[in-house]
Amino acid sequence: MDNANITGIIEKYNNDRTRLIDMLIDIQVLEGYIPDETIPVIARHTDTSEAYVEQTVSFYHFFHRNPPGKYAIFLNNSVVAQMMGREKVARAFEEEAGCRFGEVSEDRLIGLFPTACIGMSDQEPAALINSRVFTRLTPFRAREIIRYIKAGKSLEELSTSGYGGGMNASKLIRSEVRNNVHRRGPILDENYKAGDILRKRIPHMSPEEVIWEIKLSQIRGRGGAGFPTGMKWEFCRSAKGEKKYIFCNADEGEPGTFKDRVILTELPELMFEGMVLAGYAIGAVEGILYIRFEYKYLHKYLEHVLAEMRKKNLLGKDIAGIQGFDFDIRIQYGAGAYVCGEESALLESAEGKRGEPRSRPPFPVEKGYLGMPTVVNNVETLCTAVKIMKFGSEWYRSLGTKESRGTKVLSISGDCRYPGIYEMEWGYSVNDILDMVGADDVQAVQVGGPSGNLIGPEEFDREIAYEDLATGGSFMIFNHSRDLIRDVVLNFMNFFVEESCGSCVPCRNVPYLLKQKLEKILGGHGVWKDIDDLEQWTKIMSINRCGLGQTAANPVITSLKHFRALYEEKVQRGKSFDEGFDLEKAVAESCKVVGRIPAV
Amino acid sequence: MSKRKIIATTSLAGCFGCHMSFLDIDERILDLIQLVEFNKSPIDDIKKFSKHCDIGLIEGGVCNSDNVEVLKEFRKHCDILVSFGECAIMGGLPALRNNIPIQECIEEAYLYGPSVEEANEKGILPNDIEIPMLLDKVYPCHEVVKIDYFLPGCPPRADLIWDILYALITGEEVELPYEVIKYD
Repeated sequence: MDNANITGIIEKYNNDRTRLIDMLIDIQVLEGYIPDETIPVIARHTDTSEAYVEQTVSFYHFFHRNPPGKYAIFLNNSVVAQMMGREKVARAFEEEAGCRFGEVSEDRLIGLFPTACIGMSDQEPAALINSRVFTRLTPFRAREIIRYIKAGKSLEELSTSGYGGGMNASKLIRSEVRNNVHRRGPILDENYKAGDILRKRIPHMSPEEVIWEIKLSQIRGRGGAGFPTGMKWEFCRSAKGEKKYIFCNADEGEPGTFKDRVILTELPELMFEGMVLAGYAIGAVEGILYIRFEYKYLHKYLEHVLAEMRKKNLLGKDIAGIQGFDFDIRIQYGAGAYVCGEESALLESAEGKRGEPRSRPPFPVEKGYLGMPTVVNNVETLCTAVKIMKFGSEWYRSLGTKESRGTKVLSISGDCRYPGIYEMEWGYSVNDILDMVGADDVQAVQVGGPSGNLIGPEEFDREIAYEDLATGGSFMIFNHSRDLIRDVVLNFMNFFVEESCGSCVPCRNVPYLLKQKLEKILGGHGVWKDIDDLEQWTKIMSINRCGLGQTAANPVITSLKHFRALYEEKVQRGKSFDEGFDLEKAVAESCKVVGRIPAV
Repeated sequence: MSKRKIIATTSLAGCFGCHMSFLDIDERILDLIQLVEFNKSPIDDIKKFSKHCDIGLIEGGVCNSDNVEVLKEFRKHCDILVSFGECAIMGGLPALRNNIPIQECIEEAYLYGPSVEEANEKGILPNDIEIPMLLDKVYPCHEVVKIDYFLPGCPPRADLIWDILYALITGEEVELPYEVIKYD
């Protein structure tokens, strides 16, 4: 490749190694992959080592070290995709393309790869092809897409369903993704007018007053952990640092969650306004939207929205006429890693490093991005903050429950008639929600994604709220045709095996061991002790450093708690030991290599 | 004590380091032979089981079909089986090959390795009926047969081996202070 092109890209980011991810993304756009010879060039120009660059490249699964084919197809393998027929779609892709998943076709035209949840659980199975989203795939569509590619059609021509509703059809997105908003509340309100708060309210308030109002509202972070937002802002405002940052976390990697996708598509101004508001409150000069690579198809559109806001003086210098209030936002894309949704891993990633969670304390509000005080807020939290400023904390406190004020935007998927987005006050029961979305014959519901809770009908009267069933938004429904252990628990464990950053030993190893146990049980070789082992082994997970690691065994823990009988009916009775070791199978390969018949 | 316990030991895919460590119990071996009798073991060079045993010590993981056979023999003839040492428990160093295809392993060892290139001009891959076959990967012992106890270490310290054996022989409870079970 042309060295001048690489150095051009590196210089575009001022040879700044903290912008390594941006450089790598640009190089990949140019070349289709990250060629070996680029590594030393990047290292030299950013004054770092080749190993440093390598470790970042190797961490993210959307960075390719080999050409992934002219059309790289990433087919989602999340639990809902599987339920909606992903395997048949995968086989159709393989047959028509003439290569298997993990491979590139002989003519280098098509590459097939699996990927974790891409935020389309309401329209699965879905795939990314060169960053363009294809949803509602069927074997027919899979074969058609491959035929169209071979016939030389453009990426856009591969789409046959027309554009999805709302802004998906706008000329900067042009995507077949659908919004599927089924219930709106104050956050998703369509009548929102961009910039209202910044123009009319903020000029009359001091940053302290803004924080006070947010504190009064008792809003808690919407990413899942539920930390009080006002307190976070206050800590950051009072922390010492020459520069402060506000991050919007749009990494949305929790399988089954897709609410941020819809907010990013329909209400980006609201989210950006929330960032400006938070920036004003904490005294930041820069905001960064950290957004997952899966939402690359929104990039041009989001940049356009920011440009428009700059024109309207909602970003830039002396925003909304407030003297000395300078603030701007840039977009930072990730490159495929669930753990980067964890705030300290997100900051590491934004600094161009591997997305490994940091040890805390210090917390990001004291030492965050580039060592400066930083607030990391979820997309929905920032949107909500704007509405609180508009309608007041008292109004906000009147919604929801005592510990969970306001509304929550739920991403509902799986076995129901109307999967999609529902904005609800906190406090509705699981039964209410199942009723609302048209779900019958429900065997189980996963509340809060794989790291959350798998519950059965006897607990469907529980409430969606921090005081009972907390959730970052994911709500997946499974009917009685699903084998919960095979279709759900095993799928989640595969996900955690894939997504562990590898830093803490229990998180790196135990999910793999649990997965092996599950496969053993599902393979008919389980004994009673295997269930005990599953239960015992999960206990060590609490010593992992971050939330991902600490909750990575939750699929096993919560399914054992609520569906133990499903495990018990799968293990062998009257047998205390069975490892299912098959000698003939174990020597088959070496016998083949040396030519021995019969095998043993 | 009414009857001397009978012990068998073996090294599967191991380096005999655990057995060496066993011998490091030094003069206590004189006490030991008052308490036990060895059956199949490299220590007395008995090749085949001639008695049912109380305790079997397994060093090394399971890398070929012969290891499987020996390990199953041990399970059949011993009441208690102990995996002793890293390799028996987790596969250890030999398990480093687990991510390399068998074909590559065999070709490297017999065709392309620096020391074999000229020695094996005909490119023969060993396939005599007497030779055990490699398994697809190195297994820890407990993935092949039931193992009752695990004695970690690389190798386990002689004092620990002594303590554990003494406890198993006498039926007394063994003391495992924190320093003994903490490994990092």
